[in-house]
Amino acid sequence: MNRIPLIELKKGERAIIVSHHGGRVFGNRMNSLGLRPRAVITKISSQLFRGPVTIQIGNSQVALGHGMARRIFVKRIPDE
Amino acid sequence: MNKILLIGNPNVGKSVIFSRLTGVNVIASNYPGTTVGFTKGFLRHDGKRIEIIDVPGTYTLDPTSRAEEVAVQMLDDIKDDEQAIVLNVVDATNLERNLHLTLQLIQRKIPMIVVLNFWDECKHTGVSINVEKLVQELGVPVFTTCGITGEGIKHLVDSLDQVNVSTLQFDPDNIWNEIGLIIDKTQKLTHRHHTPWERIGDASIHPIAGIPIAIIILAISFYIIRFIGESIIGYIAEPLFDKLWTPVLMKISGLLGGSGFFHDILLGKLVNGSIDYVESLGLLSTGLFVPLGMVLPYIISFYFVLSFVEDSGYLPRLGILIDKFMHKLGIHGLAIIPMLLGVGCNVPGAMATRVLETKRERFIAATLMAIAIPCMAQIAMIFGLVGEYGVGAIFIVFGTLFVVWIILGLILNTFMKGESPEIFVEIPPYRFPYIPGLLKKVWMRIHWFIKEAVPFVMLGVLVVNILYFSGIIQFIGNLAAPVVKGIFGLPKDAVGALVIGFLRKDVAVGMLIPLGLSKSQMIVSSVVLTMYFPCIATFAVLLKELGIKDMLKSAGIMILSTIIVGGILNLIL
Repeated sequence: MNRIPLIELKKGERAIIVSHHGGRVFGNRMNSLGLRPRAVITKISSQLFRGPVTIQIGNSQVALGHGMARRIFVKRIPDE
Repeated sequence: MNKILLIGNPNVGKSVIFSRLTGVNVIASNYPGTTVGFTKGFLRHDGKRIEIIDVPGTYTLDPTSRAEEVAVQMLDDIKDDEQAIVLNVVDATNLERNLHLTLQLIQRKIPMIVVLNFWDECKHTGVSINVEKLVQELGVPVFTTCGITGEGIKHLVDSLDQVNVSTLQFDPDNIWNEIGLIIDKTQKLTHRHHTPWERIGDASIHPIAGIPIAIIILAISFYIIRFIGESIIGYIAEPLFDKLWTPVLMKISGLLGGSGFFHDILLGKLVNGSIDYVESLGLLSTGLFVPLGMVLPYIISFYFVLSFVEDSGYLPRLGILIDKFMHKLGIHGLAIIPMLLGVGCNVPGAMATRVLETKRERFIAATLMAIAIPCMAQIAMIFGLVGEYGVGAIFIVFGTLFVVWIILGLILNTFMKGESPEIFVEIPPYRFPYIPGLLKKVWMRIHWFIKEAVPFVMLGVLVVNILYFSGIIQFIGNLAAPVVKGIFGLPKDAVGALVIGFLRKDVAVGMLIPLGLSKSQMIVSSVVLTMYFPCIATFAVLLKELGIKDMLKSAGIMILSTIIVGGILNLIL
């Protein structure tokens, strides 16, 4: 399976986070809300015109800007 | 033990637990040397008085924001205090992410207790946690609570003495591994279906369906605010003033002989032989009626509705929906929160600009709010007075302000150096607000208005009278006439209202009535009064938040844009 940036996920697709690309501070911020490598996420929605992306992680939802979502790489989890 | 720090992630119900543990005397203050606010209260237990500090919500002890820095500083402050403990409030439905902070706290070797809140929600979210095992793994006591119903709170309070320092050891670089191990041993997840609330939650951030939902929510909120506000005025405020207060004032008027210097300062001029609460302009008539009879009812209903919407979890979703648009104005979606608060009163709005991360965003948000967001005091007056000229006139006033808000934002965003950071926010599930906690919050928000507005309105009314009696207003009027008359097309007397607008905008709008302005003059003066400068209380807060240099810049922008917008309106109307 190929690594893709988080923004390329479609609504409802599940994926596993592989890596962050944006330095230590960026990584720390993502980690603090649980967006860490090996976490499983589901995409909920993205706003039009490159607006924020919302994802489900565990029992919580997190919204992040388009630019941030481009710097997080994930692997799709195929539907069982 | 005499001090408890309540610490936890945002949105874990920490403030409800806080409100359960403490009594009515809650003190809101700023952490010394910062603009980060926190609340403090007291728990009485076994004849002891224990101080409880509600630490700003934080996800991590490696701070990524000012609020998180303060949280860490507060922990440092109690390092050597043997009488202080930490209550780590954890969202039981989100154990894995919450344990990140818990393990960071454990690393610091502080005596602590873990509180699993939202325990009742675990069942329908398919989470089951083995509390006994969790106690073994973490090495500190763990209690379950449900903040909303109060379940478990008493047991927690009775068990505070079991507080313990954990001996758990792990490699800090592999903290997520450690969390994974703990989760494997203590938590079981079962599959479950989406609840109706979650479906609504997903729909309200849908890129297309979200917009009509937002409009409906805002329209309903507006309608309820008006309904509650008008009901309080119609059934409580006006009858009280008319039936109880007017007879008292008329007695005093009779004693003072119906006119004269003292009569006019205390009661104002009689209109058609009786007190007119808006036009008389006396300390005891207009000075009391405007803040208490006309404005306070709307302040109460506004903050009640806004706090309800806030506590139900909608605002972050609204922030996401409009994020892209707000970025064009140089601020991100969450800046909608200070803007909305500013509609109640610009003072809490100005303070809420702190939620924004960078100086640039705070400057843009504060300037836009001070210029283009009229406070409830002013809105109520504009509705009352401009409303006589029809709905169209009101529409022009608020439409103009909205356009100014957008254009000025676009300009500031283009010409100010730097970029605004992207939005990054957790979206809490929808919950029905905890009403006693909500009422406490509403009270803290209107408290400021009651404390400050009444004296300021009285001062404003006093100053008006003195300025008129002494002829100073006529003098300033002559000086400012070229601008006021030439650019805005207003009579010289309108200067009085502009001078008083520094003190209170609501009194200033009231002062326009006796001038007999035309429809377009009324519109121009309402817009100018909103834009040209914040009232003195907002000014003081902005000065503190922005610093002198930025405040001067902001004030320059205000005056310049007022002259341009007022001039244009005068030309086209």
